[in-house]
Amino acid sequence: MSSTTNSPTHHTSTIGAIGAPSRRNTELALLIFAVLIPVFAYANVGLALDNRVPAGLLSYGLGLGLLAGVAHLVVRKFAPYADPLLLPLATLLNGLGLVAIWRLDQSKALQQIHVAGGKATNQLMYTAMGIALFVAVLYFLKDHRTLQRYTYISMVCALILLLLPLVPGLGTNVFGAKIWIHVGSFSIQPGEFAKIVLTIFFAGYLMVKRDALALASRRFMGLYLPRGRDLGPILVVWAMSILILVFETDLGTSLLFFGMFVIMLYVATERTSWIVFGLLMSAVGAVGVASFEPHIQTRVQAWLNPMREYKLSRMVTHDGIAHSDQLQQALWAFGSGGTLGTGWGQGHSELIKFAANSDFILATFGEELGLAGLMAILLIYGLIAERGVRTALAARDPFGKLLAIGLSGAFALQVFVVAGGVMGLIPLTGMTMPFLAYGGSSVIANWALIGVLIRISDTARRPAPTPAANPDAEMTQVVRPS
Amino acid sequence: MNKPLRRIAIFCGLLILALLVRDNYLQYVKADSLRSDPLNRRVAIERYSAPRGDIIVDGDPVTGSVELKHGDFKYKRTYKNGPMWAPVTGFSSQAFGGTQLENLDDGILTGNDDRLFFRNTLDMITGKPKQGGNVVTTLNGAAQKAAYDGLKAQGGKGAVVALEPSTGKILALASYPSYDPSTFAGNTNDDAKARNKLLKENNPADPTLNRALRETYPPGSTFKVVTAAAALENGKYTSADQPTDSPLPYIMPGTTTPLPNEGNLPCRNATMRVALQYSCNTVFGKIGADLGNDKMLAEAKKFGFDAQQFTPVRSNASVFSDNMNTSQTALSSIGQYNTAATPLQMAMVASAVANDGRLMKPYMVDELESSYLDPVEKTKPQEMSRPLSPQNAQILQSMMETVVKQGTGTNAQIPGVVVGGKTGTAQHGVANSANPYAWFISYARLPDGSSPVAVAVVVEDEHANRDDISGGGLAAPIAKSVMEAVIKSKK
Repeated sequence: MSSTTNSPTHHTSTIGAIGAPSRRNTELALLIFAVLIPVFAYANVGLALDNRVPAGLLSYGLGLGLLAGVAHLVVRKFAPYADPLLLPLATLLNGLGLVAIWRLDQSKALQQIHVAGGKATNQLMYTAMGIALFVAVLYFLKDHRTLQRYTYISMVCALILLLLPLVPGLGTNVFGAKIWIHVGSFSIQPGEFAKIVLTIFFAGYLMVKRDALALASRRFMGLYLPRGRDLGPILVVWAMSILILVFETDLGTSLLFFGMFVIMLYVATERTSWIVFGLLMSAVGAVGVASFEPHIQTRVQAWLNPMREYKLSRMVTHDGIAHSDQLQQALWAFGSGGTLGTGWGQGHSELIKFAANSDFILATFGEELGLAGLMAILLIYGLIAERGVRTALAARDPFGKLLAIGLSGAFALQVFVVAGGVMGLIPLTGMTMPFLAYGGSSVIANWALIGVLIRISDTARRPAPTPAANPDAEMTQVVRPS
Repeated sequence: MNKPLRRIAIFCGLLILALLVRDNYLQYVKADSLRSDPLNRRVAIERYSAPRGDIIVDGDPVTGSVELKHGDFKYKRTYKNGPMWAPVTGFSSQAFGGTQLENLDDGILTGNDDRLFFRNTLDMITGKPKQGGNVVTTLNGAAQKAAYDGLKAQGGKGAVVALEPSTGKILALASYPSYDPSTFAGNTNDDAKARNKLLKENNPADPTLNRALRETYPPGSTFKVVTAAAALENGKYTSADQPTDSPLPYIMPGTTTPLPNEGNLPCRNATMRVALQYSCNTVFGKIGADLGNDKMLAEAKKFGFDAQQFTPVRSNASVFSDNMNTSQTALSSIGQYNTAATPLQMAMVASAVANDGRLMKPYMVDELESSYLDPVEKTKPQEMSRPLSPQNAQILQSMMETVVKQGTGTNAQIPGVVVGGKTGTAQHGVANSANPYAWFISYARLPDGSSPVAVAVVVEDEHANRDDISGGGLAAPIAKSVMEAVIKSKK
């Protein structure tokens, strides 16, 4: 869309306008809700389970409020023109996740198998660490373009992070997927951090190479075919994704990285042919690996027929495969929630057992908050992703655009892969719902992701020192209430 | 770069949309089938989350619930006098499901029945936990105790059914040996062991068999009441005291085999009254043979033979065969050959005679009520058939009363009450080698002319001397005490 369609009657204006409001007070108002809603939810769980307001309500509320407050003040000071929705939305999800984790902590059945019990306290600590990283990003990263300098260092870092779980003695196999490493008593999912570092590399790399990739091509059947040597980068990333799939047996991470790269490639070159290539290559890769990797085959089998898997999990089988009833249990949990849900604390998602508070936490939301609640949560995820895309649109530099679209695209893909897996839409993978699920790596990495997006959006929305100084910047729209 | 960005925005929107569509499919379209999937453990958790409603006898529950400390099932069923009431209640077990009333009225007892919807909604609004309704039975506690204790004292297998002739209400329904449903109401290993011990392959006495409803026995001489009814209804004889055309010995038609009597009895050309008093096989065998298979079958069917009864607990169908030759019909007419009846069936015979020929449909659930004790469903007495005209019924009554006054059933006499009855001793086993069954069917008539109770008793005593077994000796005393218990509770 060009700026010529803008008209005052549509209440739109261009981002380039001088003196755009900072919207910090809007953010503060939204943050108050983002803290109050989880506090109410927390009280609700206590009332449902023990008929009384939980003793930790005050400290919990103050803790979440304090973290949100610090984040808000830092944004106010270091990124005054940042997008006002990102921080409240992430806070709300993080807070609701804490409530759900605390609710599952109360389940005796989960305590007995050491899945729950005291996890909410840990998660609050991880949240604090996440907010600390968020603050650090905003404090040290005064301009996101400085990240451009670290393009190739990022590549090395991302590769190391991705390969860490394969190092003997460090990586562990958790239910088939090798995406964890253990350092002392901590277990870390390096993939979550690799997601951000890799985006920085892709953004830096594609910004430099985009002209070559976009222009030097031949037209064939309506598609612009890239030159053979320009296929190099996509082949490398494809090969890396296949390697992750084969050696870490993790479909989700593999899909996430490849999808993110294709999105960024498409945005950088504006060539639809890359999408076609990307889809073809991912299809070939997924089918090829699935033809010989039993873990992936089991996941696909479980997806196609969860009831069969449930029944196999209750029998003695000699096929050497650990059959899991989790997907069927999750489907039952969703179905039992129905339209309005059972209400906090009144569901039975403990039946999911392992990973009930991490990979499968969405089932708890589905059961206890129902279709209504879960749709709201999915829409919040959608909003975060769209605010990220909005940031990319508003960004005035190609690196910022690529970085923002890469991060928000990865975020949306991750939500789709995890939620789709838990709801039986696609085969299940070993990733976690950002902010909701229990797990330090996920929470910390995603707060960093929000930090980077806020930094880009601040730069994008900040009044330009000299209007139209940057010929690269296009005029884009922002909806503004009259 | 903005054009592809906008497309990616749409793509991200589509991803979320796909999730929303899938979520609607799962939580709206498929919600009910997922929620009520029997493999979904929530179904069982919900089922045992509240105390189950009770089964009520004489205003007091014979069931209860106990809160459990462990596991995800909160409440477990308990039973008071479990073995005595098991033939009525059946069982409700977390591991083994339910039977009989516990199964048939499960919706009311758990509170999930649609008819409780309004109450449940009200409870939900006022924040009360959901409660199951109650099943109020027609049973009479004193009669049931008399029946069960009587069977227990005999020590052998047996069953008792008592009915109120004017309504069809089941007053007693006892089976022995019985079992305590409390012992396997849970879902632990102990429950499984207790249940396993009761199974027929581990316990030849088969205590879980409900003999009152689900076992058919050859009714023996008690079936002569049906044969006498057929003779009166078909106009073969019009009075109890008219001599019958009965030779002695009686050679069964088409054979050279005489039909024997039990001893040297005055059966030649005896009146039906005398024939019933002494239980003459020759007289009633010949009546059956003369009437023929079709007429006998028609009368037996009017009494409820050859059909299952739903009280609402199902009873097996009693048998009177079709397509028999004359000698087989003769044997069948004295309760031998293929003829087989449940204790409930024979109680229905006595009840129809006592109720002046009108057979009322037997039932054991008087009322289903909500947890607020207001009625959800009330059973109305229902006439099933009229096997006898009132005149013929009164003739048959006078015959049965003679049996108790001066015949084989003197053990059932109750002072101040007119009792009509019929004994029976049925052969069974290969060449009659097994212990015979002792039968007694009877009714009581009060001075005001009303009949408060009709009863059927069957006893098989493995330990008793074969000669001791006779309806009059073993079964009649139990019938007497059941009738007395009912009469006493009426006063």
